Amino acid sequence: MKITGYYREGALTLNLSGELDHHSAREAMGAISERIDAFLPRDCILNFREITFMDSSGIALILRANREMKNLDGRLFVSSVPKQPMKVMEASGIDRLVEITESR
Amino acid sequence: MSISNYARIEFPGRSSNEAFARSAAACFAAQLDPTLEELGDLKTAVSEAVTNCIVHAYPAEIGKIKMKCRIMGEDILEISIKDSGCGIEDIAKAMEPLFTTGGEDRSGMGFSIMECFMDSVKVKSAPGRGTTVTMRKKIGRKRHS
Repeated sequence: MKITGYYREGALTLNLSGELDHHSAREAMGAISERIDAFLPRDCILNFREITFMDSSGIALILRANREMKNLDGRLFVSSVPKQPMKVMEASGIDRLVEITESR
Repeated sequence: MSISNYARIEFPGRSSNEAFARSAAACFAAQLDPTLEELGDLKTAVSEAVTNCIVHAYPAEIGKIKMKCRIMGEDILEISIKDSGCGIEDIAKAMEPLFTTGGEDRSGMGFSIMECFMDSVKVKSAPGRGTTVTMRKKIGRKRHS
């Protein structure tokens, strides 16, 4: 699991790549929280384009990032979700809680 | 139904073995010529079941996990994942969506996702006597229809 990103005009974009499972989720969540705390963005975009696998550990990660952004009165977006993670998001109903943009 | 092929794998319940287990199950399933979507479904369900063993069955130790893959008849894949951990007191409760004893790191969606992605999921468990999750999925349905 690798996370890179940039901050521009109030929006923090984080590109996640690799496999997001129970093994990788804790470290990934720590890295996401650290960046949110550092930039205090208005919007945070989690870009899933390079995620090659995700299970329900990813749902917990998105929910937690969503909670952190809500605490800042900000918004969380999840973008460019490949098919397999999208199916997990739909099965969990998280697509009704968090805005998922430009899925592919 | 006759068993036309099988594989058994035993591994310690380290989280780094989650990726190994789901990849091994996908490799075994490859002989049924699955679609990419079917492989994704299978890997997701195996990942959920193995994670449950690591997080819930063995909260304080690294215990053994046994995975058995079988092909029943021509095109039904059966995967069972067995631990010898603490067991589940109330199986119906554990399988409810959003129910978890895993705190905020867990979503409580594991069993729901297994049920959604496989054709059937059966759970056998008793407190102190471990848990076995047996899942079946017919492979290649889309291609043949």
